[in-house]
Amino acid sequence: MSQTSRPLAYVHSRTAVLRNENIDTDRIIPARFLTTTERTGLGKHCFQDWRYAADGSDDPAFPLNQPEARGCAILVAGHNFGCGSSREHAPWALLDYGIQAVISSEIADIFRGNSLKNGLLAIVVGAAEHRWLLDNPGVELRIDIAEGTIALPDGGITRFDLDAFSRHCLLNGVDQMGFLLQHEADIATFETHREKAA
Amino acid sequence: MSARTLFDKLWDSHQVKAETASTPGVLYIDLHLVHEVTSPQAFDELRSRGLKVRRPDRTLATLDHSTPTLPADADGKRPYYTKEAEAQVAKLESNVREFGIDLMGWDSPQRGIVHVAGPEVGATQPGMTIVCGDSHTATHGAFGALAFGIGTTEVGHVLATQCLLQRKPKSFAIRVDGALQRGVTAKDLILHVIGTIGIGGGTGYVLEYTGEAIRALSMEERMTVCNMSIEAGARAGLIAPDETTFAWLKDRERVPKGDAWDRAVAAWRDLPTDEGATYDREVRIDASAIQPSVTYGTHPGMVVPIHGNVPAAADAMEQRALDYMQVIAGKPMWGEKVDVVFVGSCTNGRLSDLRAAAGLLRGRKVAEGVRMLVVPGSEQVRRDAEREGLDEVFRAAGAEWRESGCSMCIAMNGDLAQPGQLVVATSNRNFEGRQGKGARTVLASPLVAAASAIAGHVADPRDYMTQEVAA
Repeated sequence: MSQTSRPLAYVHSRTAVLRNENIDTDRIIPARFLTTTERTGLGKHCFQDWRYAADGSDDPAFPLNQPEARGCAILVAGHNFGCGSSREHAPWALLDYGIQAVISSEIADIFRGNSLKNGLLAIVVGAAEHRWLLDNPGVELRIDIAEGTIALPDGGITRFDLDAFSRHCLLNGVDQMGFLLQHEADIATFETHREKAA
Repeated sequence: MSARTLFDKLWDSHQVKAETASTPGVLYIDLHLVHEVTSPQAFDELRSRGLKVRRPDRTLATLDHSTPTLPADADGKRPYYTKEAEAQVAKLESNVREFGIDLMGWDSPQRGIVHVAGPEVGATQPGMTIVCGDSHTATHGAFGALAFGIGTTEVGHVLATQCLLQRKPKSFAIRVDGALQRGVTAKDLILHVIGTIGIGGGTGYVLEYTGEAIRALSMEERMTVCNMSIEAGARAGLIAPDETTFAWLKDRERVPKGDAWDRAVAAWRDLPTDEGATYDREVRIDASAIQPSVTYGTHPGMVVPIHGNVPAAADAMEQRALDYMQVIAGKPMWGEKVDVVFVGSCTNGRLSDLRAAAGLLRGRKVAEGVRMLVVPGSEQVRRDAEREGLDEVFRAAGAEWRESGCSMCIAMNGDLAQPGQLVVATSNRNFEGRQGKGARTVLASPLVAAASAIAGHVADPRDYMTQEVAA
């Protein structure tokens, strides 16, 4: 397997919190920025219509513009984060903005898959843990991907589920294209059978 | 073998390798649809690795998202909104040349929104797996194909290997009994379903729509229903193929012909869910109780019947949505002043949708101060509509008639609403800013959209329908 993304074993940061439920990928990166043909440079447009005031300055009402939220690599967000459009520009924008992990009580399927393939850890925790994290912005967390744990500053530990393959890919920086390409012989055999049957 | 659902059969027949505890399964993809927005980085990835497109014959591209809907000028210059949009289209044009992929491009009579044009040319067929870097790929599930949206990294995977790494989702039956009332459409049905199960109600599931109300729908109506499965969080929505499906597909360009057609139909007849097969979850909906429905908030699960009252906000976030929409709890959406009406999109941009809207507008005018934009879903839809004179009906009423594309649904081509404007839209998403920064979107059927254009406020189409329109 080839290695393309940086291996990620831990995310250690204070949290920034967006309490809103159903934050869709249009809000993360509005469609007018999708005419790019690159993956890079989208961080400055992340949450574009939420974070800037009319004059282009940072809107102090946007939670991630608060001084204590600056530099946080862990985003705790309301239920059903990343719903809507399949645009991979959403995780690209979040990563470029500086987010390495998103925690919610539910994360939309396509966004979650896109995130994990780009080294953005997207994890779901139980309702009680989620509520506590929403209510305590700025708390220092240490996420251990190999162990599947989130360590709180008071010594408490919360577990999260991550499928074995995604964990392996994150920990080793393994790229899934390489894994798929190893199945060439199986794919060719499948095609031969399928196209003969048709 | 035990009784299987349609979804089980589609999944089983495309497994190159079954999933294990430590690895996802390898799922074969029969048809890969490609458009300009979500593909450039994937082609770059192939290039950087020295890879080819494995099956150009199973790949079909179109131009739809970034494309202008106003015609080219006398010199053939198209009025792109930005130079980036123009460069993005040019990039797909050069990528398909380099990798040997068919493109339904500017010079093709088949160009259109990927989820309108794909079925039209017969590329979409029952029993297939279909993907596209677009969440509304769920549309193609209307034919009994497992169809879902993917990200750009996965677009690269499919280009290079014709496969995806997947774990099998759970199954969820949406059974719709009874019959839709006059003036109530497939759009109202799916808005009602999303309002019932919620915007995240389908997360982790593949939906199968069943029941007599679904069987009674035309193919175009079935596409409207499956299209919005993602708005309930489900990556895919399915409807079992039947005589309606086969009749719609027969003789289309890319379907099998002659004996091969007969063999294909025979195989497709085995696809529907076996008697006794079970789903992980089921709900039942009574079609006869569904009213013309509209959204009142900032996601597609915030739905009310057109005369129903906007519910009180349950929390600060819901109140924020009502404030953004400038609507008041306890009052209906009926009567809300309208600035813009948009008829089009992969949800409701097909010929039957345009006929429905034109049926109400014939001999009537768009209300003063209302801008109405009608955008056919494909160039084929445009030609068919013009042959029937629908363009003249829209123009005579005061609406703008455009070339095909995604247009104001995603508002990245310059077709957009101004801050604060209220748009009644036949598209699929009412997220904040979706149709332009600060724009307020009310999702509705083509009938509700046309009635609202005439009235100048959110209106009930049944107030404008004659008996023959209703038929």
